[in-house]
Amino acid sequence: MKLSALAGALALGIAFAGSALAQDTKVIGVSIPAATHGWAGGMNFHAQQTIKALEERYENLDFVLSTASDPGQQVSDIEDMMATRNIDALVVLPFESEPLTGPVQRVKEAGKFVTVVDRGLSQENIEDLYVAGDNTAFGRVSGEFFKQQMPNGGKIVVLRGIPTTIDNERVEAFQQAIEGSGIEIIDMEHGNWNRDDAFEVMQDFLSKHAEINAVWASDDDMAVGVLEAINQANRQDQMWVLGGAGMKEMIKRVMDGDKIIPADVTYPPAMIGTAIELTALRFTSSMPMSGRFIISSELITKDNAEKFYYPDSPF
Amino acid sequence: MTVDSATSTAPRQGFRIDFHIWGPVVALLALIALGAFLNSNFLSYGNVTNVLARSAFIGIIAVGMTFVITSGGLDLSVGSMAAFIAGVMIMIMNGLVPSMGVGWGVILVGMLVAIVVGFAAGLVNGLLITQARIEAFIVTLGTMGIFRSLITWLANGGTLSLDYGVREVYRPVYYDGLLGVAWPIIVFAAVAILGEIIMRKTPFGRHCAAIGSNEQVALYSAVHVNRVRLMTYILLGILVGIATIMYVPRLGSASSSTGVLWELEAIAAVIIGGTVLKGGFGRVWGTVVGVLILSLIGNILNLANLVSPYLNGAIQGVIIILAVVLQRQKKMER
Repeated sequence: MKLSALAGALALGIAFAGSALAQDTKVIGVSIPAATHGWAGGMNFHAQQTIKALEERYENLDFVLSTASDPGQQVSDIEDMMATRNIDALVVLPFESEPLTGPVQRVKEAGKFVTVVDRGLSQENIEDLYVAGDNTAFGRVSGEFFKQQMPNGGKIVVLRGIPTTIDNERVEAFQQAIEGSGIEIIDMEHGNWNRDDAFEVMQDFLSKHAEINAVWASDDDMAVGVLEAINQANRQDQMWVLGGAGMKEMIKRVMDGDKIIPADVTYPPAMIGTAIELTALRFTSSMPMSGRFIISSELITKDNAEKFYYPDSPF
Repeated sequence: MTVDSATSTAPRQGFRIDFHIWGPVVALLALIALGAFLNSNFLSYGNVTNVLARSAFIGIIAVGMTFVITSGGLDLSVGSMAAFIAGVMIMIMNGLVPSMGVGWGVILVGMLVAIVVGFAAGLVNGLLITQARIEAFIVTLGTMGIFRSLITWLANGGTLSLDYGVREVYRPVYYDGLLGVAWPIIVFAAVAILGEIIMRKTPFGRHCAAIGSNEQVALYSAVHVNRVRLMTYILLGILVGIATIMYVPRLGSASSSTGVLWELEAIAAVIIGGTVLKGGFGRVWGTVVGVLILSLIGNILNLANLVSPYLNGAIQGVIIILAVVLQRQKKMER
């Protein structure tokens, strides 16, 4: 009897403390995939940086960051945030669309503000705010650069990423952009956004084709492997390489005017920062913050490279 | 199971190949013929060097794996271990550049670090398996996750890159060679030949097979079961270190995506080569053939657009299963 009264009082106290806290402080949960490759590493870096800056700027905002290495874990992370951290908003970069759709929908149904980043959910109108990169623009901008560099056409090889919708959208847009330009894709193979795989694929392309005028590596990690294979074959003077995403080492080379890396195309991992900032604004201002925010893919050349250079980022 | 049985069955049947022994070699020759038929550059010096040099990492590791599997063990941690060793090596070499300057001194320290870390990692795996008596599958599944997380943590989620100056000095270890044969190929060949001799001619090799075939009997025959087991894991760890020494100069970087699935490729190569997954019988030369088969499949699929690249994995799977089926059928007949 005594014990249960004590427990009741304790629970009441906790509930009071909880509600008092909730009135002053808003909690934003951020759930992202773990840093399993270069781009995700950069994304993790920018998420941490943004959270640090926002916590200093706004006293009444609290953040919960969790990184998941598979979709199942991400679902658990989100459930934990709802159950134990009493979040007011969720910023989520879904590992995969399908498995995350249900759990994120339940967060929304509980009356929380939901921001989805980069990978859309498989059902529409769940999220309040959608922040994403533009894969079609990524492919188109890359294709247009090839067209501009090769007005008389030429022979190119293409390295593709991990077989996914993202990769398909990019490659289709690229092919559309170079249509009718006389640029011929003589070979295309998956390098899985991986340096080692790209190195081996490029070695084989170089043995197979005597004439290659340019390479669309479509990713900066793959470009690293491609460049090494070209160096090994001693054919640096015969072709140039376009990567993508905006890795700092590659941007540095563009900035320095390296002939073999004339440009890069952004797909900024910092977009997670954009999403967190906009979500924070929802709670710190009265500005409308719902809708879609699509971050364009920009062409980085020698002239504007400095603007995209983050020497401290791991990516 | 030996060459004798092949010669004894051969005369009666006329010319008949014993697939249990020669299956992997036949598969390898068939692949080489297919490659040469599909692309005239397949047998060029450049392509042969590429294929052999890129086989070297998995190959060196697979030789060590042959001993582990022959003695009835398994090691799933080698891919993550390679990534971890590469990361530690790069960080130490970068850290030494200010004090030691750019040169072979730094690189030799880096190589030593790779061997020592490999030794230590193998020792940890081996001790947990032999002293704590935990299943090899579980121990190495655990250390696989540990090494993979450690490299992600060390690299802060990104990529660790070797200092540019050191890289330029170190680069020839992958790209140059002796008399036109690249260093990774030379090291792979040396490791394979030594491995074959150790497996066939030394008590250690025979003890591995004895333990894998029947641990109790081996124990009663005065074989130091735990010590031999421990040594197989240490040997594998050191070989992972050597493979990493050859790997780092190739791209000069390590990240969490380094060495992913190397463990499965190494195990597949060992089994394709005729070593029994349950232990008791191992063949180092078979492993070498297995490694070459695996890298040739990838190479041929890149050189000739035979199938949709989406199906590359399926082709590999079919060839792995076929290579093993050919061997096992002969065994069933007996």
